[in-house]
Amino acid sequence: MARIGDVRHSAGNLTRRSFLIAASGAVAAFGFANYASGSMALPSGDEIVPEKTFEPTIWYSIDGNGVVEVNIIRAEMGQHVGTSLARIIADELEVSWDQVRITHVDSAAKWGLMVTGGSWSVSQTWPIFSKAGAAGRQALIERGAELLGVPEAECRAREGKVVSGDRSIDYGTIVKSGIVRTYTSDQLAAMPTKPVEERRLIGRPVRALDIPPKIDGSARYGIDARIEGMVYARPVLPPTRYGSKVVTVDDSDARGVKGYIRSIVLDDSTDTVPGWVMAIGETYVAAMRAADQLRVTWNAGPTNEVSEKDLQDHGAALIAEGKVGSILDTGNTNTEAVFGRAEHIIERTYTNATALHFQLEPTNALAFEKDGIFEIHTGNQWQSLILPTLAKALSRPEETVVLKTYMLGGGFGRRLNGDYAVPAALTAKALNAPVKMILTREDDCRFDSVRSPAVQTLRMALDPNKKVVAMEHHAAAGWPTEVLAPFFMPKGANGIPFDPFSINGADHWYEVGAQKVRAISNDLARATFRPGWLRSVGPGWTNWALESFMDEAAHDVGADPVEFRIGLLKGTGRNAGSAPNSVGGALRQANVLRTVAERAGWGNPLPDGHGLGVATSFGQEREMPTWVACVAHVSVDRATGNVKVERLTSVIDAGTIVDPGGALAQAEGATLWGASLALFEGTRFENGQVADRNLDTYTPLRIADTPPLDISFVDSREAPTGLGEPPTTVVGPAIANAIFAASGARLRHIPITAEAVKEAIQP
Amino acid sequence: MTNVQNPISFSVNGKPVSTREAADTPLLWFIRDNVGLTGTKFGCGIGMCGACTVHVGGRALRSCVTPISAVDGGEVTTIEGLSSNASHPVQKAWSEMQVPQCGYCQSGQIMQAVTLLSDFPEPTDEIIDAVMAGNLCRCMTYPRIRAAVKRAAAIAKEAQTHG
Repeated sequence: MARIGDVRHSAGNLTRRSFLIAASGAVAAFGFANYASGSMALPSGDEIVPEKTFEPTIWYSIDGNGVVEVNIIRAEMGQHVGTSLARIIADELEVSWDQVRITHVDSAAKWGLMVTGGSWSVSQTWPIFSKAGAAGRQALIERGAELLGVPEAECRAREGKVVSGDRSIDYGTIVKSGIVRTYTSDQLAAMPTKPVEERRLIGRPVRALDIPPKIDGSARYGIDARIEGMVYARPVLPPTRYGSKVVTVDDSDARGVKGYIRSIVLDDSTDTVPGWVMAIGETYVAAMRAADQLRVTWNAGPTNEVSEKDLQDHGAALIAEGKVGSILDTGNTNTEAVFGRAEHIIERTYTNATALHFQLEPTNALAFEKDGIFEIHTGNQWQSLILPTLAKALSRPEETVVLKTYMLGGGFGRRLNGDYAVPAALTAKALNAPVKMILTREDDCRFDSVRSPAVQTLRMALDPNKKVVAMEHHAAAGWPTEVLAPFFMPKGANGIPFDPFSINGADHWYEVGAQKVRAISNDLARATFRPGWLRSVGPGWTNWALESFMDEAAHDVGADPVEFRIGLLKGTGRNAGSAPNSVGGALRQANVLRTVAERAGWGNPLPDGHGLGVATSFGQEREMPTWVACVAHVSVDRATGNVKVERLTSVIDAGTIVDPGGALAQAEGATLWGASLALFEGTRFENGQVADRNLDTYTPLRIADTPPLDISFVDSREAPTGLGEPPTTVVGPAIANAIFAASGARLRHIPITAEAVKEAIQP
Repeated sequence: MTNVQNPISFSVNGKPVSTREAADTPLLWFIRDNVGLTGTKFGCGIGMCGACTVHVGGRALRSCVTPISAVDGGEVTTIEGLSSNASHPVQKAWSEMQVPQCGYCQSGQIMQAVTLLSDFPEPTDEIIDAVMAGNLCRCMTYPRIRAAVKRAAAIAKEAQTHG
């Protein structure tokens, strides 16, 4: 079965291309030939200026002073991604960290799939940057030996120098003397990387390169982009995401706003922002206030009365309708027969509310045409996804549209969907002037690609010995990938395509006999809003349901929740794991579970009203598992239903940890996101729109709600996997399971409110 | 409403500014778009996220809900004016503890933490939680903010002892 991993690699940069090293003046470039020239022989001596002969993918360069500049195609949104990725090259290349610089590049076709999401950055870049660094070191040693007049075998590379006995030559000097070398793709694949013992940067603490400008106010985010002569814009949003048509625009009140220029009804051939009206002002304050004064009437789209309950009811109806949906290939999917003769069946349904990204920098973009190129200045996580839409909206070739790169004031998946660039570009085109569009917070929430509310029904069949013999997981939600990137959808065992990001997690590593995982697209959700990828995406709801259900099942059969899970994590058959990313398989999940139980004092007596709950996950996808287990310690006030999280203990096995500081920061943030989504934040659709649009009613976790965290990583030499998302999804079910342990109240909907706890407490 | 009477005058990071912009113009947008200092951020527009926090007369204040008329004659300090070379004890601590992730809220967090320490030179967790409650960090760097505020207190104390 085609899985996301396959799509990813074919679309990624691990292609059969030659690796080229070429000096131009006093700078040597290290990178890949383009697809067309991939089969070309060594560039001849007079063709070594890369830009003149081909458009290579230059991953890094070394200048005459030995300074290494690493090109980063991933967006910086708080994960210190450049620091992590540059360390992989620097370690293999044998240069000191203070010689390393990073550049976050603008969009260009040569970078291939330009996306920052899925917790993929380190995992996907690791193989290519390791080899690229090793090849560079090898070439520098060869050339250095030649310049020193000694055999290559007598040379080694250390701290930016090629050393032979007491003689050495630094990389800068080698570069200035000229260096040309090509490795075929086979040679590159066979290139040995350094033994783990000789790593000098990977796994060591370091100060992140992106932090200094984030402390003195000099960091440049998309909202800070400006150009001479720009005007400001703020939209007036239609009553529905799709299908609303502007009937009239009356700006007689807006004309009283100082600095108001005019209004524009956008004409969008891509249907990205149908029914949008833009208020234009000389200042942002003028645009913002004028938008409030514009009186617009629409013919509302068909979803203008949809409520949260409608969405949930529709999901439940789709699940009940047995035939719809995609069945994943889990080996034996024939569960009907087993359930038919089962001694005992457990069935439960879990739901989650709509959730907002609420990235702190509201979506914005500066757009203008300059020298035949349409420039879009904005923070973005998936440049290569929105570029074709921008080109179509602007009626111009894609290669004449460039997304300029900025830091992101939070990503969390919101900026994977670059829809916000389209209205800015359309307005700039209509006005033939540079336009800076900024959404207010309320606009941003209404326009968010929210996390879909989901409905999930899980079933388990047990034999007379209480052995699990079959399991089903039915999940209905709005699928972001179906709307935004359908080419990323593989087909299920029944031939029906599914959004892997919306069902990942349900295809777990527990051995349960026959297993049916059924993914259903909620078409009412898709019509009402543009479903978003929100930190963890599907595992945010699949693990909520799965790990709550495993806890209920354990209690049902009278087993300890930790032991019950470990008993199913056998690491055999399809759960044995495979190279490169999942070596060890389910046994590594059992290991984090055991370790976290020990660290958290599982089984120790607790005061009345306190409880521990456990949950575990393999992170984002079976092809790139990050093994996580979490124990939540909560206390419950039985009179009020108030829940206090006393401590969260998590153990994470993400293989090799490249940047320990960044890894811990990601794990801390992800863990607290999990707590926030479980207890503090959620919204609902009312009349086709999200009801909560600012912090007066949308209430993410704040500092005083932050429990003590105990997060640790398994010491591992396996391939690095991902970290931005996996620690998120275990927290919700761990908290709910802890509430059950503390009070006997079983909660099956997140966010969990005090009222719901109070109601669920048995008198 | 256009301000046709006297201009509004105040200082930003020690430099005098005088303007005839509308009196109800939010200080945040005046600082960003008129003065051109973009370290102060727009987050919620209703004074509930703290990303726009600046000092007026040394007190932390939400600039998105403060009209420029309210700071007439005052002294405004933004993150850019807090210190040269990020040398304020709070900035040093923020660097040591590697607090920022996306960084968007951190100018506001730092400005708020500076006034916290001038009021409470030896803050407890309870004080930190209470004073920093209005500053949202969507990346949830809260454990590091707590640690960094305490570290900043220690750095400030060392500087006093040795200075």
